[in-house]
Amino acid sequence: MTNILEVNNVSKFFGGVKANEDISLNIKQGSIVGLIGPNGSGKTTLFNSIVGTHPIDKGSIKFEGQELSTMLVDKIATLGLLRTFQQTKIYGQMSCMMNMKISKKVSNDYSRIFDKLPKELDEEAEQILSFVGLYEKRNLRAGELSFGQQKLLELAMALMNKPKMLMLDEPTAGINPTLINGIIDRLIKINDKYKITLFVIEHNMRVVMNLAQHIFCMAHGKMLANGKPAEIKNDKRVIDAYLGAH
Amino acid sequence: MLSDKKELSGITLIILFGVLSPILFPNYRIQLSELWIFMVFASTWNIQGGKMGYNSFGNIIFFGLGMYLCASTQIAYAFDLAEWTAAGGVKTFVHTASQYFIGLPLGLIIAGLVPALIAGFLGSLILGLRGHYFAICTLGIGIAAGEFATSVSIWGGGQGMTVPVWPKVDGQDLDFLGGGMNFFYTLSFLLFVSTFFTLRWLFSTRFGLILTAIRDNEDKAEAMGIPTMRYKVTGWVFSAFFMGIAGGIYGNINGYIEPTEVAFAGATFGVYMVLMTILGGKGTLWGPIIGALVFQVFKEFFWTFFLGWQLVALGFLIIVIVVFFPEGIMGWLRQKKPAWFGEVVDSKARLAQVKINTND
Repeated sequence: MTNILEVNNVSKFFGGVKANEDISLNIKQGSIVGLIGPNGSGKTTLFNSIVGTHPIDKGSIKFEGQELSTMLVDKIATLGLLRTFQQTKIYGQMSCMMNMKISKKVSNDYSRIFDKLPKELDEEAEQILSFVGLYEKRNLRAGELSFGQQKLLELAMALMNKPKMLMLDEPTAGINPTLINGIIDRLIKINDKYKITLFVIEHNMRVVMNLAQHIFCMAHGKMLANGKPAEIKNDKRVIDAYLGAH
Repeated sequence: MLSDKKELSGITLIILFGVLSPILFPNYRIQLSELWIFMVFASTWNIQGGKMGYNSFGNIIFFGLGMYLCASTQIAYAFDLAEWTAAGGVKTFVHTASQYFIGLPLGLIIAGLVPALIAGFLGSLILGLRGHYFAICTLGIGIAAGEFATSVSIWGGGQGMTVPVWPKVDGQDLDFLGGGMNFFYTLSFLLFVSTFFTLRWLFSTRFGLILTAIRDNEDKAEAMGIPTMRYKVTGWVFSAFFMGIAGGIYGNINGYIEPTEVAFAGATFGVYMVLMTILGGKGTLWGPIIGALVFQVFKEFFWTFFLGWQLVALGFLIIVIVVFFPEGIMGWLRQKKPAWFGEVVDSKARLAQVKINTND
């Protein structure tokens, strides 16, 4: 399998804070990869660096062979690399259906910006909404949904866009245990059915161990370890990082 | 979004009112013309402040610019602009009917196009600013524009300039479409109608949705691959176009252009447009229209019967809006009657919710 994402020696400093230092990782096309690490270890910064939220100080990031580090956020997204946010970001005052329809990837040509939304989008949006279990709330304002439901909506919006790779920042935070099982199930299905590569930040060990085929672990802005779930689970350095044996 | 049936009855009401009101209340034609202009103010400000979430205090510059450009074109089509200003304008120079009726449409076209171009240029410079920074920046530009106009001598500087008057035939006002007042009333009304239908169409397209998305979460919109800058600038161009033409018409109704009190009147019109939109309901198609109607009636009532207290009343109105109608009249309606706006829980589809718990 080829690598869909290649991160080489990426560093990102905020003043004296070394948020990411010399991070390298490769993600194979079609895989599910986990990223774990204690709070403040630089996971979200790495996500932000990859999708172009802020410029990186050193290194290179390649998506399907294309260099991302000099591209703008919206350009990277149109390449098919999407991310969801830890603090959910949805369009609060629009209905769920509108949230979905606006997320459909279309041409950004000037001649197309005044197009009407095609009717077929309704059905597609409804299908994906029922896939995540939000069908009956589809006409409510997204801002009126509970936090957990907003997470699901954000996932559904990403699916509507049909990305090649999806980066999820804590998809199960704030969601009840029963629903979490549903989400794991759905993420595996997304990966399998839509062939979307998944890169997931997750604190819930049960989730990440069940989900990921390969796991990277960060601590203090550096890449600490990587390997199969079983290897990570028994890695002394990882356990130390989480329990604070320094 | 209201249902088609409610919207249709709204449109019918507006058109009936527009056609009948000058016949029923001929003495109020100036106030009624102003009402349509105010509706254009609020509706176009709503593109930025309501739909897009960018509080602009600078939209007034397109109005002032349109006013000066239209009048200048009207004058320059027939006479020398510098001489006109120096000689006190209408006191010395008189337009013939043909000069007037060719100069005016030309002026209105220029009054629309030039501000639109300027909005495109200015927008691509400053629409990268967000939130308060954008608001303060536009406020500054609005004030600067007024100060700039006071120093342009060809426009009469701080003294302002007169606008060509309705042409006369044998000492009598030309009887075309019922004379000057009716003519400009009709123009104002037509401008509002075309603004309304343009915005109605605009808000129904993907473009309109993206403006709302930018308001709700611009970072998210960008992360989903939407080049937001392009949409923000285009939205401003639309506002500027209609504001410019509104300026051209208002200059002719007023008959006299003063740089900071009439044209770049940030402290009055600039505030009114924000107030009307918030009163009616930001981000909706109908809110600004309702807001402008309520506001104009309120304003005329206090300015006529309680002169001297009008600013107190205005302050009171602002407090009432902020405390009781923070979402405006339309927002208040939406809270009371969410079903009118199609916001319902689809209880027939309970199954969809159950499905997720059973892992299929």
